[in-house]
Amino acid sequence: MRIRCPYCGERDNGEFSYLGDAAPTRPDGMGAEAAAMHDYVYLRENRAGAHRELWYHGSGCRAWLVVTRDTRTHAIDDVSPARDVARTRRTGEAA
Amino acid sequence: MSTITLRRAEADSPPVPTGRPQAFRTATGGLIDRRRPLDFSFDGTRYAGFEGDTLASALLANGVRLVGRSFKYHRPRGILSAGSEEPNALVELRAGARREPNTRATVAELYEGLEARSQNRWPSLRYDALAVNALAAPIFAAGFYYKTFMWPAAFWEKLYEPMIRRAAGLGRAADAPDPDTYDRAHAFCDVLVIGGGPAGLSAALAAGRSGARVILVDEDHRLGGRLLAERREIGSRSGADWARETVAELASLPEVTILSRTTLFGVYDHGAYGAVERVSDHLAVPAAHAPRQRLWRITARRAVLAAGAIERPHVFGGNDRPGVMLAGAVRTYLNRFGVLPGQRVAIFTSGDDGWRTASDVAAAGGQVVAVIDARACVPPGLRRAAEALGARVIAGGYVSGTKGHLALKAIEVVDTYGSSETIACDCLAMANGWNPIVHLDSHLSRRPVWDAAIHAFVPGALPSGMVAVGAAGGRLTLAACLETGSRAGAEMAAACGFTAAPRDAPGTDPESTEHTPLWRVARSRGKAFVDFQNDVAASDVELAHREGFRAVEHLKRYTTLGMATDQGKTSNLAGLGIMAELTGQALPSVGTTVFRPPFTPVAIGAFAGHHRGKDFRATRQVPSRAWCAEQGAVFVETGLWLRPAYFPKAGEADWLESVNREVNTVRSHVGVCDVTTLGKIDIQGRDALAFIERVCANPFGTLPVGKARYAVLLREDGFVMDDGTVARMGETHFVMTASTANAAKVMQHLEFCHQWLWPDLDVQMVSVSEQWAQYAVAGPRARDTLRSIVDEGFDIGNEAFPFLACAEVTVGGGIPARLFRISFSGELAYELAVPAAYGDAAWRAIMQAGSTHGITAYGSEALSVMRIEKGHAAGAEINGQTTARDLGLGGMLAKKKDYVGRLMKERPALTDPDRPILVGFRPVDRGARLRAGAHFLAVGAAPSLAADEGVMTSVAYSPSLGHWIGLGLLRRGPERHGERVRAYDPVRGGDIEVEICSPVFVDPKEEKLRV
Repeated sequence: MRIRCPYCGERDNGEFSYLGDAAPTRPDGMGAEAAAMHDYVYLRENRAGAHRELWYHGSGCRAWLVVTRDTRTHAIDDVSPARDVARTRRTGEAA
Repeated sequence: MSTITLRRAEADSPPVPTGRPQAFRTATGGLIDRRRPLDFSFDGTRYAGFEGDTLASALLANGVRLVGRSFKYHRPRGILSAGSEEPNALVELRAGARREPNTRATVAELYEGLEARSQNRWPSLRYDALAVNALAAPIFAAGFYYKTFMWPAAFWEKLYEPMIRRAAGLGRAADAPDPDTYDRAHAFCDVLVIGGGPAGLSAALAAGRSGARVILVDEDHRLGGRLLAERREIGSRSGADWARETVAELASLPEVTILSRTTLFGVYDHGAYGAVERVSDHLAVPAAHAPRQRLWRITARRAVLAAGAIERPHVFGGNDRPGVMLAGAVRTYLNRFGVLPGQRVAIFTSGDDGWRTASDVAAAGGQVVAVIDARACVPPGLRRAAEALGARVIAGGYVSGTKGHLALKAIEVVDTYGSSETIACDCLAMANGWNPIVHLDSHLSRRPVWDAAIHAFVPGALPSGMVAVGAAGGRLTLAACLETGSRAGAEMAAACGFTAAPRDAPGTDPESTEHTPLWRVARSRGKAFVDFQNDVAASDVELAHREGFRAVEHLKRYTTLGMATDQGKTSNLAGLGIMAELTGQALPSVGTTVFRPPFTPVAIGAFAGHHRGKDFRATRQVPSRAWCAEQGAVFVETGLWLRPAYFPKAGEADWLESVNREVNTVRSHVGVCDVTTLGKIDIQGRDALAFIERVCANPFGTLPVGKARYAVLLREDGFVMDDGTVARMGETHFVMTASTANAAKVMQHLEFCHQWLWPDLDVQMVSVSEQWAQYAVAGPRARDTLRSIVDEGFDIGNEAFPFLACAEVTVGGGIPARLFRISFSGELAYELAVPAAYGDAAWRAIMQAGSTHGITAYGSEALSVMRIEKGHAAGAEINGQTTARDLGLGGMLAKKKDYVGRLMKERPALTDPDRPILVGFRPVDRGARLRAGAHFLAVGAAPSLAADEGVMTSVAYSPSLGHWIGLGLLRRGPERHGERVRAYDPVRGGDIEVEICSPVFVDPKEEKLRV
């Protein structure tokens, strides 16, 4: 596989490591509930199709990335810095 | 017309060369260099061949037709093909450490002194004792493993498996380590062309002329593909000449790379390809500094698949007898190698293409005895031409059996009216159509589709950026190969932004590919093989059908059809065709299995490359390594790091004596230890403290500048990830340490927390593990030692620089350094960090400064003994299954902040009071030795899983106490101090009573630490 890192350009997947589904959001703060935390830690969708997932460019710029990959074909639609995705998501939640 | 001379083969056995070497070699012709004869041996007999031969062509030139025994039935087998699809002619190549089993003789290039042996036979190839398996064939039918060797169960390991392994052998691997090296290369190109036949050469030329970066890969050492094997014309010259000219032009183009002897074995996602180049396989021994093979990782923007096609055999009784060959292979041996595979050749075809063999045999001086065409109607032109050569023509007939023991003597033929006759021949050429090589385009799980026009599967939806041309794309004629190749090359170059001027493909002589496949001869005598390599016969497919294993994946697994190392290159379609007949389905509805990499077997050595032995992984060296090596330190691998374990001195009997001395010296005087291997993470920013609060489980809000604190990090699921220290160097500047083993993981975790969980925190971090050399100076005289290292003006006294103080200082006259008063040993201790470039100098300075105080260097062993004496958890305890509470750290966790792992550590099972918790152990008999890994049992309890109360995690001989001590996780451990349990170690035979105690064995009041 080849992943187009937004900072480094297209690189071999050997430079990256995989974490998994980017959908779960950590329930932050002292008010967070155990059940919600359990879901965040353990519950994952197993999609056939477009899947947003976290990758780490450990042998490159050390950026965490959100990669949109079709799990059936491995076709990659989008690669974004995880930081930007997280910020946008938080803004969306606030609004 | 021809002037070749032939020596008649002894009908029933491979002739032994007498005074007439290469008796089956034509007098002229072929792409071999007759001025360069080569000596080689097969099963100990010496033969001669020519430069340009393969082992197979050289054996055939010498009349050797029996080359192996089959996998299951030990049937005599010969050479079926002339390429990488060969299922039969597998040999052991070379000897000694370079011995290489299962090498296909059809692709092994001949070299001077080549040594080959047949496989899977005993005592000899001609008299194979296990050929009796053939008599027991009924019990070896499909599924025999599952049916025959079931009972009694105990027999499997002791009798059945060894027996099967001996009987169903392939070759023997070398007994010694491979003496050769394997290289790894990466390449990038615009257009990758896979295959150097007429289509591939045309594509490479069209793309190359545009200026695109082109890589052309072909498994053969000579490019041209079938053009080298057929007598064809392109323009006004021979196909072989056209290929030579085209290769010459390609070689002159600066952006074109030709990789011959290179098999493209795998297609991976996003334009990544794997190929193996056999750099030195055609030599006895690789040249100095040259690798044996080179693994290529090619990244291409576009790819042209021009891998060609593989001819299909006929399935009839005795179709595996040596002398029965693919018609295309017969033509290859005739035209490319100048070898007559037989003197009297019969042809069994089901299409026009097979007839081409007749004129080639005649042109080479052989006799065509018969052409049997399964079709009732054959083109009159073909019939007339064959008859003109003196051949019998039998249309609408078939071959029903073969005769001869170790080599073909005659065939049995049934004509269209059902009458049979025997025709003497020593070679039978089978032509049953061609299968496009759909392996590579299937590697990404794409299924091929059925093309009714050519009665074969062709590529379906291709991987993005790939196009299939020529025979690989189902376009079987030479004219179509040239045309589709040229067009695809130009289109692919254009897709990469290059301008390719279209040129007309040169003209070729006419040909017909009319063909009606015959999946099997239903009424034939003897075993009719579908898969030669795995000995799967048509009767096995029938059996699978009867027993309900009809789906294609079931058929494959039940019969092992297509599961040999050749992945069924010559067999898959026949198996499907027979199943289609039996089930009354159309062949495409039966489906096809998926091919996976590698296309042909690849040596593990090629994948390993240089990552062998000591070079398997990189080695990280500590800054003090030079001094440690000078002192004769014994090193130990810790992850990638090579750390000094201990420093033996003259007169010390064993490692324990050295370690005891080091520990005693630290506890009585002073010692220095290289702790550079710890992970060091520099964290800075306005929100650095807030960030640390969220990733660490204990509170840091009160940590003042100039102070360090123990830190424990949890995973989000509540288990401990790692521990270390956090030192506050400035208001917004922190240095975190992580354990040696977890350093990279912790760094990745911190980046995750920052970038993904809390991107709004103003904090930055970087690993500085490699930038700082760090030394622990520990013992009552540590301060005295460091006083002459740290520059004047820095007060490191107990009042100004108490326990857990940290500061930026300078050493050795202005060299920036960091000083931490932290202790792993329990002694008065400092850790001094200096820029790595000063690591060696600083170490030597410390040793010199400490010499008047009795300093010793101590290694990771003494470090470990002292941490066990102090009850500190380390890797054996922080093992991914323990919580902070398990490790006795529960009390220090923060209660008023959110942090990673806070909620999940409270899950009921993780707070169960019955969980094993860290305590110390000492043997009741103080002379006894403890063993890590021992399980705890109540005294008198029978050993069982239910009675298990925990496990001993770390042990050491404590020189401070004079006996063995241990740390372990014991159910309700802290409540049980003073109680006795058994440390039970069935693996090493230990079973001793131990006393439960505090994990802190030395200086429990920490009086030595704070002085």
